[in-house]
Amino acid sequence: MVDLSVTLAGVTLKNPVIPASGTFGYGREFAEAYDLDLLGSFSWKGTTAAPREGNPQPRIAETAAGMLNAVGLQNPGLDAVLREEVPNIAKLFHGPVIANVCGFSLEEYAENCRRLEEADQAAILEINISCPNVHAGGKNFGSDPQSAAAVTRAVRGATKKPVFMKLSPNVTDIAEIARACADEGADGLCLINTLLGMRIDLNTRRPLIANRTGGLSGPAVFPVALRMVWDVYEAVDLPIIGCGGVASAEDAAEMMLAGASAVEVGAANLRDPFACKKIIESLPAVCERLGVERIADLTGGAHEGRAKG
Amino acid sequence: MKQGIFTLEEVREKGGGIWLLRLAGDTSAITAPGQFVNIELPGKFLRRPISVHEWWEDGLELLVKEAGEGTRELVRLPAGTKLDVLTGLGNGFDVLDAKGKHAVLVSGGIGIAPFYGLVRCMEEAGVDIQAIVVGFASEEQARLLYTGDWVIMGYRVLPVTEDGSLGAKGLVTDVLKTLPDCHYVMACGPTPMLKAVHALPQITGGQFSFEARMACGFGACVGCSIPTKNGPRRVCKDGPVFRKEEIVW
Repeated sequence: MVDLSVTLAGVTLKNPVIPASGTFGYGREFAEAYDLDLLGSFSWKGTTAAPREGNPQPRIAETAAGMLNAVGLQNPGLDAVLREEVPNIAKLFHGPVIANVCGFSLEEYAENCRRLEEADQAAILEINISCPNVHAGGKNFGSDPQSAAAVTRAVRGATKKPVFMKLSPNVTDIAEIARACADEGADGLCLINTLLGMRIDLNTRRPLIANRTGGLSGPAVFPVALRMVWDVYEAVDLPIIGCGGVASAEDAAEMMLAGASAVEVGAANLRDPFACKKIIESLPAVCERLGVERIADLTGGAHEGRAKG
Repeated sequence: MKQGIFTLEEVREKGGGIWLLRLAGDTSAITAPGQFVNIELPGKFLRRPISVHEWWEDGLELLVKEAGEGTRELVRLPAGTKLDVLTGLGNGFDVLDAKGKHAVLVSGGIGIAPFYGLVRCMEEAGVDIQAIVVGFASEEQARLLYTGDWVIMGYRVLPVTEDGSLGAKGLVTDVLKTLPDCHYVMACGPTPMLKAVHALPQITGGQFSFEARMACGFGACVGCSIPTKNGPRRVCKDGPVFRKEEIVW
């Protein structure tokens, strides 16, 4: 019997598989497909203080082994989430939930975190400083170490819950950003968000996505995400949620060997609504093949002479 | 929503890039005309959402227009191919809402696809259809897309072609204007057509089926959301059929 449980900053998940923010809504749609209680956790849709309608259509384009999205943080706003989604999540899922927190200012990030104190089930706050589809002066807070540090400081002072900073891959040195977050007291990191990309429609000679660019996700980004998890694991001593192109139990194991304590599964859910269920069901066999009795023992296992406790 | 493995039983080219596909599999999740299926294709990351043309207990038909790589590949798959299909997606046409409204059905081009199931369901439910206005680019396109026997069934079918080669010459709105008792429509077609029909002063109610680029097709990613009077709504989950009152352009 393989032990699939993992721990993220003191929060125990029954397995390391977490549907990624933006691919799972607030759980309603997937609850029609399977029993959500088989999940380790799930990361809800990135939520801002005010409701957002998101970007104009079209927002989706296919790519080789992946897709672009430019949804633009469409969400009903924190009031509606606390009022309608949080009580509903309690009915659909009985484990710890990851609350994805977005903001357009340091004050908004901090205030959103404070307001989530009342949501007991939100065990981890995942601070999204990396959405590529909203433009606050063309940059996001995750694009340089100083602003990433500033957001970390702001949310650290606003909540007692563990904060995991969700990092952008659209940077020169992700390890430097990770260090900046660690220095300001982040409890963990989640990486990567989507890679900025674009497609052009040959018929119209215009970008396929109305917002011009979108975030690339899917199997195409897996090796990039894996490399970044590796780099960040070498750089900081924080639990990492590995995210980016994970589509199988083998991918999850690879991500953990690179340094992740748990994995988020994103675009795979959109292609196959049962993706997370299938990955979880395949994990014991993958662990047996790798000869581990506790899946948590995989974390960092690919780093020579640097297995963390 | 239901995931199932379907067998592609027949792929028939009608010409001009129009194909009729018959698939065998469990259709129990399909509850209304105008719903769609989402088909996984080998080598493509995203599924392809396609409106259900007609369905029965253990099979369904799709009327497909080759538009891009995905549909091109789909229609070239050999008979016997097993396909992973999500069924029962979206809110289709609400047949009972049309009861007593003397509805006019309006299609443009390939938008005629869901009307076969729709006409059957309205017939079964005893819901009156005043007329079926079918718009095409040409007589040639009409011949490829009109596969039904609505005239034999006794319906008043009013074809309209842009070049006048069949029926009235012009647009579907030109024909609707000649129907003084047309106030409630059930429409499916290109967005400019939907918009023009929606804008006719005589139309006071009805249902309009939308198209959008989708990722998941079951409401999770909100990639296909459009603004409505009730806030953003997902074409895949809250639609594809929307009520006249909630639509904004």
